[in-house]
Amino acid sequence: MTRQTLIALMLVSLLPTGAAAQVTFERLLNADEEPENWLTYSGSYSSNRHTKLDQITPDNVEDLELSWVFQAGSLEAFQATPLVVDGIMYLTEPVNNVVALDAKRGSVFWKFEYTPSSDARPCCGAVNRGLAILDDTLFLATLDGNLIALDAVGGKPLWQTTVADPTEGYALTLAPLVIKDKVMVGVAGGEYGIRGYIDAYDAKTGELAWRFYTIPGPGEPGHETWENDAWKTGGAPAWLTGSYDPDLDLTYWGIGNPGPDLNPAQRPGDNLYSDSVVALDPDTGELEWYFQFTPNDPYDYDSVQIPVLIDFPDGNGNTQKLMLWGNRNGFFYVLDRESGQFLSGTSFVPVNWASGLDDFGRPVQTPQPPGATTFPGIQGGTNWYSPSYSPETGLFYVSAWEAYGSNFEPQDQTHVPGRVFLGGRPANPFGAGANVPGLRRGHINNWTDAAGGGAVIAIDPRTGQQRWRVPMTDVTSSGILTSASNLLFTGNREGHFHVMHAETGELLLRKTLGGMIANGPMSYMVDGKQYVAIAAGHSMFVYSLRD
Amino acid sequence: MRTFIQRIPVPITAAGPSIAALTLLVTLGAADGVAQNHVGQYEQADIEFGARLYNTNCVRCHGESGGEVAGVDLRGGTYARAESDFELMRLIRTGIQGTAMPPNDFSQSELTGIVSYLRTMRDVDLSTVTLGDETRGRGLFAGKGACASCHRVGRNGRRTAPDLTDIGAVRTAANLQASLLDPTGSMLPVNRPVRAVLADGTVLNGRRLNEDTYTIQLIDENERLRSLDKAELRELAAGTTSPMAPATDVLDEQEVADVLAYLLSLKGLN
Repeated sequence: MTRQTLIALMLVSLLPTGAAAQVTFERLLNADEEPENWLTYSGSYSSNRHTKLDQITPDNVEDLELSWVFQAGSLEAFQATPLVVDGIMYLTEPVNNVVALDAKRGSVFWKFEYTPSSDARPCCGAVNRGLAILDDTLFLATLDGNLIALDAVGGKPLWQTTVADPTEGYALTLAPLVIKDKVMVGVAGGEYGIRGYIDAYDAKTGELAWRFYTIPGPGEPGHETWENDAWKTGGAPAWLTGSYDPDLDLTYWGIGNPGPDLNPAQRPGDNLYSDSVVALDPDTGELEWYFQFTPNDPYDYDSVQIPVLIDFPDGNGNTQKLMLWGNRNGFFYVLDRESGQFLSGTSFVPVNWASGLDDFGRPVQTPQPPGATTFPGIQGGTNWYSPSYSPETGLFYVSAWEAYGSNFEPQDQTHVPGRVFLGGRPANPFGAGANVPGLRRGHINNWTDAAGGGAVIAIDPRTGQQRWRVPMTDVTSSGILTSASNLLFTGNREGHFHVMHAETGELLLRKTLGGMIANGPMSYMVDGKQYVAIAAGHSMFVYSLRD
Repeated sequence: MRTFIQRIPVPITAAGPSIAALTLLVTLGAADGVAQNHVGQYEQADIEFGARLYNTNCVRCHGESGGEVAGVDLRGGTYARAESDFELMRLIRTGIQGTAMPPNDFSQSELTGIVSYLRTMRDVDLSTVTLGDETRGRGLFAGKGACASCHRVGRNGRRTAPDLTDIGAVRTAANLQASLLDPTGSMLPVNRPVRAVLADGTVLNGRRLNEDTYTIQLIDENERLRSLDKAELRELAAGTTSPMAPATDVLDEQEVADVLAYLLSLKGLN
């Protein structure tokens, strides 16, 4: 072997395989069939966060060891889920930098640095949840309201377009969603009196293809659910990534809270489409159906959670096209995703804002008297962190906040563009200094379990009943991943990375990572080896089985 | 228990050093002339205005206590990134790039209100309290009150109860008064007394410092830091009754006011 040949071979071995492979729409449609990759925020269009990889099993999970760590150059919360395409990991480093890494070794190929304008004013942290990809183009939604297309090979921008004005309180914190030749984003800003919308842009050019306003304008159906001019500042953001059913050709998006958040008296009516799921035509943005979870919401119960799509045998030889939804308002819903019809709903955490749901899924609201505690509290029974569904177990898994409440104190507020528009405050049932921090925690837990605890809950969608639950002292803000080998990967705010048995909840492995876990664990494979990535604190940790 | 006499924020002042044995019913008017630190520098109307702005704009992240963002305690009245009021206003207006602190389009009068409230946050409360003499309070703390048999200030006293070295900087007067008069009713959950039975039957009583799903950290009766694995314990329980008796069990009303004045004077090393 000549020296030149040897060097050439070494170089080839260092190159990722298929670096320039095109991630076509066809590949996105069939993402489940290439589990070695993670091609969308939720792993597939059905958003099950379930991997078919089964190299790591209940029997060998104890052999998981750290492969590599990526340390972010930022102290912001690490909420992103990376993409992995043919051995390359694409990751947003908080806030809006993009990094391409060797998914096997953690070495960095390139880094795109983007500093959001100082005009950005996100309500709840300077965060970003990840990227989308189509062909060889990555899509980044920035905190200051821009959508940027990047060359996935070279890391250079291809186009940039303005989605929203940050000075009015709009922000982008989600991972975009690509459907066909369009890239979709929704805006954040529900605490600023925005009027929310979901946009679709031409993936090649960045031109706006359509816009769906989440609050209907005058003359549009649903506008009558707002009185006076409240619709203009009614919030209803869409700050988490939607799902897609290619057979029905519908994309589903969760819509956030109405504004002002805590004072429904300022916005009488049901306030459509706040706190709803909307089913849209991805080509036109036209509304096919909607279902509202919390009409005239006084508690900031954003319904932006990830729509989990499953095809479920109905026992008569047919398949039901269902949507599962663990809602911030504390109820678990099953909907028919073809029609939007409500099928069932059951509370999964203690709830006292409603006594239950009627036959149409509408809550029977039971407002608590002034000074009394409402459950769940303002951060909800769950929130943005991704749930999972495993077809192996037939169970839906959700990270929950249990016995956590707030004393809501509404007050009239005048809207000023760009200013927080809460319309009251969520007071602490325990007095100052003893409540669960809403967004992030430090190393010391001084609120204790008296202020509420966390749990991973497994729900049987056929009954709405809990199959098992694993409680934790502190609440949890981690997403959940399940695998074909019946493993469940998650974390918690205490900084523990957990691997559980998906059938029983048995804790099989715990690694202490030393920082709050607030992203969704994901899995991929390179050169025949399965990896699991999970971010904690300000770093991403990647595990695989010991050789 | 806290008594809501007035539904407006009232700045609380520590008693001046020359007002020996004088009990002050602190009211709006009494704030003049005996102010320490920031109280009195700010107009009452600004403080009230700022409190309202805080509760709609800042409370979501910073919390009612001003301490819910890790590493940031607004109630202390001093800030790492801003020393002067001008710098604080600028920070509020521009935000802190690369962090969760966003820019805010507040007007000058609003900024004045918010800064007024932040600087006086720990002094503002919705009740009236009775303050006595700080010097007498210091003596009662170490002597008749026997506070130092559990609490520590600086290098003196035991550590089994919360360290009070800077308690006057992080608690309101009304809050401290409530703790003195009704220790159980005002006890924060984290301070609930913990009883742990180890595998060998040893009983540990202590004060909780931190806890997660698997472990608990406490300071025991012998002032040792202990980290316990919950799975190895026979028993673990947190009581809801404070180990501290109401101050009125051993002190009269005047003496309680004296101790309160002393506690409010404790501002940490500086």
